[in-house]
Amino acid sequence: MRHRLDLQIGPVAFRLGSAWCEPLDVLARLYEPYPAPRDRICDFTVRLEPEKPWRRFVRPSVAIKGDYVLPDAAPMALAHGLLAAEMGMNLQMALGQKRYLLLHASSAEKDGRAILMTGESGAGKSTLAALLGERGWRLMGDEFALLDVASGKLLPFPRAVSLKNGAIKVMEAEVAPERFGPRLEGTPKGVIRHMQPNREAIGRMAESARPALILFPRFGQAPAIRAVGAAEVFMRLTQASTNYVNLGRRGFDALNRLIAGVPALAIDYPDTDTAIGLVEDFRQELAA
Amino acid sequence: MRNARLLVQVLRDPASAGECDWSGLVSAARAEQLIGSLAFRMADRPVPPRVAEIFEAARFDAAQARTQALWEAEMARRALAPLGVPMILMKGTAFHAADLDASVGRSVGDLDIMVPRRSLDEVEAALLQAGWEHVKAAEGYDDGYYRQWMHELPPLIHRSRDRMIDIHHTILPLTARPTPDAQAMLDASVKLENGLRILCPADIVIHAAAHLFADGDLAGGLRNLWDIDRLLREFASPGFWRTLAERSRLHQLRPAVARALRLSNRLYGTPVDRSLAGRFGLADRLFEARLLARNGWGQERRKLLRFAFYLRGHWLRMPPLMLARHLWMKARRPA
Repeated sequence: MRHRLDLQIGPVAFRLGSAWCEPLDVLARLYEPYPAPRDRICDFTVRLEPEKPWRRFVRPSVAIKGDYVLPDAAPMALAHGLLAAEMGMNLQMALGQKRYLLLHASSAEKDGRAILMTGESGAGKSTLAALLGERGWRLMGDEFALLDVASGKLLPFPRAVSLKNGAIKVMEAEVAPERFGPRLEGTPKGVIRHMQPNREAIGRMAESARPALILFPRFGQAPAIRAVGAAEVFMRLTQASTNYVNLGRRGFDALNRLIAGVPALAIDYPDTDTAIGLVEDFRQELAA
Repeated sequence: MRNARLLVQVLRDPASAGECDWSGLVSAARAEQLIGSLAFRMADRPVPPRVAEIFEAARFDAAQARTQALWEAEMARRALAPLGVPMILMKGTAFHAADLDASVGRSVGDLDIMVPRRSLDEVEAALLQAGWEHVKAAEGYDDGYYRQWMHELPPLIHRSRDRMIDIHHTILPLTARPTPDAQAMLDASVKLENGLRILCPADIVIHAAAHLFADGDLAGGLRNLWDIDRLLREFASPGFWRTLAERSRLHQLRPAVARALRLSNRLYGTPVDRSLAGRFGLADRLFEARLLARNGWGQERRKLLRFAFYLRGHWLRMPPLMLARHLWMKARRPA
């Protein structure tokens, strides 16, 4: 591959190869404060390559390849190369991660206690985690939470936060402009802008935390809180996991252990400030 | 890593790994479906911490794949038990069921079974009854082609477990020039303690060789050749080489078996019977280059060579007129 960039995000190292320099340049800026993987040894390889040789120059189109691929993944425009790289890394995690139970969830930590937020896309889990990360919590991840099957602890995966549509404005009001990537218009998910986590999130990305609370947030509803029973939490989390089945017995045991030890709540919220307030209340209750 | 030589080298001699391009090695091994085998080969070797973690995860994954493969075999056994038809496990699932050395770290995709050709209809019906479904519409050119000319039925997939099953009645397409003796394979098959059946040792090797060198385009061939290496090392004995020679003649697959022996010896250092293997020649070099056409980014290399082997695969599969008709049919309709 012509261009190479190695990235360390939490416990996972990626090797990215690309036929073009642009996607990796943007990525390198976004991930500038992150440490380099030790000895350039990486867990996963992602390749951004032209779909056909001539598509490197003519109407460049980026095919997402790597150790693990989806056979029918659609190629992307070069202008969205950053998104292609992100999707490539997500794919490696979703299909190839066998060490941790992978939950499609955001997470944040304060005083050693981690909250785990999961829900359908649009529920607001990424925005909530990103906001908490700017308001005294440590952002652990906006997309994937890694549950260590051996220790039962959560590991951070603080990749650049992928903000979509309305969430972009919310965070732009909160965070310095130099921590943002380029605005990507017209992607399959609308407008996307990436935000670099703050120094604390990056500096402590090797630090695990004990899960203390599972939240199922839902944005745009009148405020409501409901306790969720163990069976429902179990079902929801198996659905939120990409590798639960693959891990077999180890996945089952890890999930059971998590659910037995941690309360779970579904919260409906009309605006993000309400949700942040609720989360703070829960934290103080747990601490008491 | 410009080709897969390092991967072959490390599989052959784990002690030779030392300071190597670990990221490249891991990517190439994943692309060739050899990461599990590599992880077990390297289990007792000193490797950098991250590599040790990658290998450990690969070993867990392989154990899970084994459980799933054996469960799938058991499901098929239960579905077919009432018919009283012999069901013979093939390829990866057979290695696992019999606990052969070739099963160590071996990934398994589809379940491959062999049944007598006369029983195909009732076997297919019983599987459909038990939750398997056709992957493609059970009519049209592809379906008809499979049923008339192939060595297997069109694949079925299980509705809830999402796993494929290939039902073979012989080991090569009926259009291929060699005609293996399927009945002799069934007759010589071996019953395992767990009630499952596999081919006899010589036929297992012959099937692996036929699959790699008398059919298809050698994609993913390093893994299949690794199977052959492990099988030959485990089965090797004077009697075995004699049986292998006899049965490969019976199945008209002596050239494929000889080539398998030569390449396995060349790449993995497998001890082989020299008289059966013959001399490593010019054509073998092309096969070697094709097998190694994978770089340290996991990319396939040597496009032209790969294309030549693709054409060869089709050429072996059908006589020229039939090939022309087949490609015409394929070209006439949208992919």
